[in-house]
Amino acid sequence: MEVLKVPTMADFMAEGKQPEVLFWVGSAGSFDDRAKKITKAFVKILNKAKVDFAVLGTEESCTGDVAKRAGNEFLFQMQALMNIEVLNAYEVKKIVTCDPHSFNCLKNEYPDLGGNYEVIHHTQFIQELIKSGRLKIQGNLYKGKRITFHDPCYLGRANNEYDAPRDILKNTNASIVEMKLHKRTALCCGAGGAQMFKEPEKGDKDINVLRTEGALETSPNIIATACPYCNTMMTDGIKAKEKETEISVLDIAELIANSEEL
Amino acid sequence: MQYLPNILFAIALVLGIGYFTKNVKKLIRNIKLGQHVNVSNNKSQRFKNMMRIAFGQSKMVRRPIAGILHLIVYVGFIIINIEVLEIIIDGLIGTHRVFAVMGVFYDVLIGSFEILALLVIVSVVAFWIRRNVIKINRFWNKEMTSWPKNDANYILYFEVVLMCLFLIMNAADQTIQIMPGAPDSHYVKAGSYPVSQFLLPLFDNFNYGSAVILERTAWWLHILGILIFLNYLYFSKHLHILLAFPNTYYGSLKPKGQFNNLESVTKEVKLMMDPNADPFAVPEGANAEMPAKFGASDVQDLSWVQLLNAYTCTECGRCTSSCPANLTGKKLSPRKIMMDTRDRLEEVGKNIDANKGEFKNDGKQLLGDYITHEELWACTTCNACVEECPVSIDPLSIILEMRRYLVMEQSAAPAELNNMMTNIENNGAPWPYNQMDRLNWKDE
Repeated sequence: MEVLKVPTMADFMAEGKQPEVLFWVGSAGSFDDRAKKITKAFVKILNKAKVDFAVLGTEESCTGDVAKRAGNEFLFQMQALMNIEVLNAYEVKKIVTCDPHSFNCLKNEYPDLGGNYEVIHHTQFIQELIKSGRLKIQGNLYKGKRITFHDPCYLGRANNEYDAPRDILKNTNASIVEMKLHKRTALCCGAGGAQMFKEPEKGDKDINVLRTEGALETSPNIIATACPYCNTMMTDGIKAKEKETEISVLDIAELIANSEEL
Repeated sequence: MQYLPNILFAIALVLGIGYFTKNVKKLIRNIKLGQHVNVSNNKSQRFKNMMRIAFGQSKMVRRPIAGILHLIVYVGFIIINIEVLEIIIDGLIGTHRVFAVMGVFYDVLIGSFEILALLVIVSVVAFWIRRNVIKINRFWNKEMTSWPKNDANYILYFEVVLMCLFLIMNAADQTIQIMPGAPDSHYVKAGSYPVSQFLLPLFDNFNYGSAVILERTAWWLHILGILIFLNYLYFSKHLHILLAFPNTYYGSLKPKGQFNNLESVTKEVKLMMDPNADPFAVPEGANAEMPAKFGASDVQDLSWVQLLNAYTCTECGRCTSSCPANLTGKKLSPRKIMMDTRDRLEEVGKNIDANKGEFKNDGKQLLGDYITHEELWACTTCNACVEECPVSIDPLSIILEMRRYLVMEQSAAPAELNNMMTNIENNGAPWPYNQMDRLNWKDE
């Protein structure tokens, strides 16, 4: 297996250099077994496209996003101010992340607290790599497959990015099928607002199951996601519907990495 | 005695507008109970939003059937109200159809009012059927108890009656205009009547006297109805016809994902993190502004824009019908959050009225007595409700403020969330993993 090249900001600093972009891995991307695969797939893409990137590694800490949404503004601002101290010390200018929640938080909520960076989501970054010719998509692995894309709330509604993930998917030669509720009207996977970390309130159905039913209506081979939490929720939904042998749930980064046999 | 109608008209006008003004003042007073928030920036963008979303109805038509029906009623309402101006002038100085001097233009005007009036009646009937016969889900959620349901129907009946009176008034006028040998020239030959002409056969056997009585009755009931309608607004969900404009003007200009950062918290956190700060120091200017509390437990803790939101809500339920928690049977309904906020604000307002301008603790609050913890914790902060609202209401911001109160003032988060937050505090991740292991994935 090819070794992943994952330099840290400290490595760059030691050499007196600045990377092109900081890859913010996020807590899920660092610790969650399923999300780690997405992280690695994205690193493979970065390596393949020869992107000069770095991670914070052990100097990275939770953005505080989930604490903020749970109502703990204290904890959020503590995390934010600590992270901003680190990011500013490294003179970070540009950040990319696979997590729409980190993306939204770093992009929109850090500036007020003194953290001003250009923040982009990994789907936007990959779209850019393809457009600029740094990444060529040639694989035909998904030719003829039906892929439906589940919009993450914090990329879509929260930040109006609906096109980047779809643009990337078009490069895989798959046929893209839209759910009834997509883009602006996309249904949440059920994990946002700190729901990921608690049991849902009493109801008659789980949100991820409802969303999965919407996805199944499109008879997909693959459900594409662009958020580690959505990925977990949709994977669980597919299991609840006992469709895990027929349908896979993959992040856009994984789709591209697989397609290019990275 | 010949000025009696003019005097009666003036009295009706003064009473109608006077009572309305009184309630508008109360409305403004109640909204101002909210916390100050700076929304004076970016006026041109705000104006554009208002023109696009409220005046241009851009978000209404996202649901095409309801959107187009609403557009007809909205355009009809605005345009037909030009007629009200003529009615007021006529009523005050005793003229009849004073704008008739405009000639052909007047004919076009009256003709288009009539067509719009007919379209409004058709749309309102369609609305009534959607609500009461087809029973579209969002009109029948739990929070749609008897008053909200009746309120919606009353407005529909009102609009039908007003439009019918307008058409009957015109038909009676025509009857007089075309009556051979009508005694005086008070009823000028003016206007075109593409719709009400079909009502003429009904009044075939009317003589001059009874036609005048019919015309006057319809005219008076029409204007009195409008004045009553105006005064009904304050008590109804129908306030949106006025408040949609300021509400879209003051709506958020930021990306929907951006939640505000509490400045009061920033001060404390910075002090905490400053190694040179004296932990026992008296805060600069001890009586300097210290927030009464973090987050919101009652309406006075919310911002005035959030309170304006509550009065603007017309209970259409688009938010609730797109809420993932509500769609899966949870108690949360964003519309209920707005209705509760308004109900509580009204209660606080009445309390202030009853206690000579000062609020007396009534042992109640928005949190708990109106909105339960269960509702607040069911929210996924997905912004579907905010995206859906046709008049830029933000129920999510209220939910967040109340979560803030629960967590920061009462430590009343669900236990699992407390675990998650403890993990972040201890090891910088929502799970119990060591921060030193954060890069292990690359070698796994």
